[in-house]
Amino acid sequence: MADTSTTGRRLSRPAFRRAADRVVTQLIGLSGIAAIVILAAITVFLVINSSRALREVGLWNMVSGTDWFPTSEHAKFGFLPAEVGSLWVTAVAMVLCIPVGVAAAIYISEFAGRRTKEVTKSIIEFMAAVPSVVLALLGIALLAPHVREWFNLDTGLTAFTAGIVVGAMALPTIITISEDALHAVPKDLRTGSLALGNTQWQTVYKVVLPSASSGIFAAVMLGLGRAIGETMVVLILAGNSGIIPDTALVSARTMPGTIAGEMAEVVQGGLHYSVLFAMGLVLFTVTFAINLAADIVLERQRKKWRR
Amino acid sequence: MVTAPATTTGMFDLHDVSVTYGSETAVAGVNMHIPPQAVTALIGPSGCGKSTLLRCLNRMNDELGNVKVGGRILLDGVEVNDRSVDPVELRMRVGQVFQKPNPFPFSIYDNVAYGPRTHGVRSRAALDGLVEDSLKRAALWNEVKDSLKKHAFELSGGQQQRLCIARALATAPEVLLMDEPASALDPISTQQIEDTIAELKRTVTIVIVTHNMQQAARISDQTAFMLRESMERPAQLVEVGDTRLMFTNPSDKRTESYITGRFG
Repeated sequence: MADTSTTGRRLSRPAFRRAADRVVTQLIGLSGIAAIVILAAITVFLVINSSRALREVGLWNMVSGTDWFPTSEHAKFGFLPAEVGSLWVTAVAMVLCIPVGVAAAIYISEFAGRRTKEVTKSIIEFMAAVPSVVLALLGIALLAPHVREWFNLDTGLTAFTAGIVVGAMALPTIITISEDALHAVPKDLRTGSLALGNTQWQTVYKVVLPSASSGIFAAVMLGLGRAIGETMVVLILAGNSGIIPDTALVSARTMPGTIAGEMAEVVQGGLHYSVLFAMGLVLFTVTFAINLAADIVLERQRKKWRR
Repeated sequence: MVTAPATTTGMFDLHDVSVTYGSETAVAGVNMHIPPQAVTALIGPSGCGKSTLLRCLNRMNDELGNVKVGGRILLDGVEVNDRSVDPVELRMRVGQVFQKPNPFPFSIYDNVAYGPRTHGVRSRAALDGLVEDSLKRAALWNEVKDSLKKHAFELSGGQQQRLCIARALATAPEVLLMDEPASALDPISTQQIEDTIAELKRTVTIVIVTHNMQQAARISDQTAFMLRESMERPAQLVEVGDTRLMFTNPSDKRTESYITGRFG
């Protein structure tokens, strides 16, 4: 018999153990599939709920429509005011948080001592944990009055104001992922550069940064995705006007802000309701594409260092 | 344009050199002369401070932090740990090749041009000349001359290591430090590296750390044997001398035991 060899040690395994192995493996596999199922369900749900809008207004008419008069007698459902508003808010946020975020990541990864590194990293993680509505409150109390004063405006609730706060929200994402990318650059590249008579700063910007560039790009993309989808801050701070904003210094509405602001007031199943879902579908497509791009770039970077 | 030094320079003199990490003295009392345009091999069992001593010569220990180097280390008569010596300048004159090939994620050309560019060489013609010259000296030119734009990671391990040698040569160093440069390579690549070293020693001083005693015997003119006899005591230089003499007739009993394979 197989399990009573001369040494007394068996080679076979009891059936129940093998069964347990199989069950656990399948459970883990199922959890992995769950994410995909949920994602697919979201897409289907959005499409079904926006089908009336897609049929009666048409996707192109919404996406390229210039007027947003959802409640007037001759209702117009043009997304452009919200799209351009989102663009302004995101642009301001990115202009602010890309340089600051990447610089902070370089400092933490390359120059900070061990203690400073630990402290700054936990502070940044803490920053990510601040609820967005709290940041929005700070923005409305502290930032908006100043923006009004600085630029001599009628209101401080502008795309610019919202952009600054959204930028602050995207900052932890950009710092953390950029820092990971810099950290992943093999140490022997740094020593190699130093041994060639380069200063630490030359080493960082000539070897480490180019080596981590795809990871930093991915960090920026993920930060961008976060900024576009941010809702609470823009709802409170951007001003929600219906016009297409021609600068960042006017009140603007954004796609997430529009959905959140109007969803509670529409008739369930009505056309306006369905249009808001269509807007959600557009927003979801954009953020999904951005995240996908970031993922592809990150995966490519991972492969690069597997040598 | 930077060219290989024609004069006889690149000689080290070490007087009572010690290295201390925090509170632990790793190496102590090293006295030796490293002759110019020759190969000096540092041998000894793992953890005997060979690499530590090597890193003193181009002050790479500075980068580790919390390291104190004592004694005097003279490069052509100048104390390298002197405050007036800039480690950046020192490392241009004392290049280093590491254990694992570490090419940068750029093209072959840009890898070799990296050092000269940092130090202000801008003209395309000068860079082209330096790249070709350095690759020839590292015996890699014939294999890559038609594909200088190729990514360095596409080269084999042995080619990558010769690329790293070319990269170090491009700043026209007088001394080249090599920390087990062939230990991650296959026998044929190792052979090529050794041939390159034999060729290079006509123009540069080479200090090589190696675990492989046959390699030390094959390629070096002078051998230094280091040993750390217990963890309580720092590593020491047991014996230094002509390679042939040391391998045929070592003066210290411990050297003899080590090279005949009784320990280590």
